[in-house]
Amino acid sequence: MNWRRALYGVTAAVPVIVLLGYGLTRDPRAIVSPLPGKAAPDFALGVFAPGVGRTAMTVGDTARLSAHRGDVVVLNFWASWCLECRHEHEALSSVARAYADRGVRFYGLLYNDTPSAGLAWIEDMGGQSYPSLLDPRTRTAIDYGLYGVPETFFITRDGRVAYKHIGAITERLLVQKLDSLLADPPGGS
Amino acid sequence: MSVALSPGAQTPAVPDTVTPAPRSVLTPADSVLEAQTTALASELRCPVCQGLSIQDSPSELALDMRDVIREQLRSGKSPDDVRQYFLDKYGEWILLEPKPEGFNLLVYLLPVAALLAGAAVVWRTVRRFTAPVAAEPAVLPPNPDA
Repeated sequence: MNWRRALYGVTAAVPVIVLLGYGLTRDPRAIVSPLPGKAAPDFALGVFAPGVGRTAMTVGDTARLSAHRGDVVVLNFWASWCLECRHEHEALSSVARAYADRGVRFYGLLYNDTPSAGLAWIEDMGGQSYPSLLDPRTRTAIDYGLYGVPETFFITRDGRVAYKHIGAITERLLVQKLDSLLADPPGGS
Repeated sequence: MSVALSPGAQTPAVPDTVTPAPRSVLTPADSVLEAQTTALASELRCPVCQGLSIQDSPSELALDMRDVIREQLRSGKSPDDVRQYFLDKYGEWILLEPKPEGFNLLVYLLPVAALLAGAAVVWRTVRRFTAPVAAEPAVLPPNPDA
């Protein structure tokens, strides 16, 4: 009978349509990182852009993540060829300045770029309030499971990855995450 | 590099006295390392590409990831250790072929189920067209003259 055939067809088609519809709601490039909750990979990377103010470093010095136990650390992977990095630069610089006295350290990590291009970009953008580091052969980027820029990682005071943000980050989100991490006692979740 | 001169040729730009550059010769151990690197790199998805393995991708990140594989294997880690390293960093997404367990099973079972369903439809359709038509007695209209 025709109604029975139609029922078979609908029964077969509905799950496929639902599955395809679910696929449309997913961003194929959004990779769920397994890092949040785990120990943040340590690094020792050279400073190529010193930053300004209280958290400034000398060009050529080595920045180590392990030296910042007790601080909340924000790592921002960026590149001069990255368009979205331009959109988040002001927010990162101003929040880094505002939280410098509250036990928060910001580092930029240059991804797949040259230091000269990075420095020219920083100058073009009106400066960067925190130091930026070189990541030779992208070893640290791979350690952090990076697949594009910009990506921003929040690291707790006891050295765990708390959160990873993909794409340009906003001032509001930075403040929200930092306030939440600063409110947490070391060792808390 | 030595330069072969034909009679009467001019002085070569590189004198013959230059020590030839050592040619890299692959030892059997290097060959095994390269084979393992290639095999692992073929299993892992390139994060900045669409559907390419890091073996097939020419991107800088894929090149760097292949170097990481090679370095870790050379340092004595097993292929399973290296695979686990990338799983720890990128999650299961990094595997081009997801593990056949849990929800992932759909990826493996759905094509088989679709194939079987398609075969069943074809089989039924073919049977319907090739089945002999049962001869039914012809029902004649009543003869009005009878």
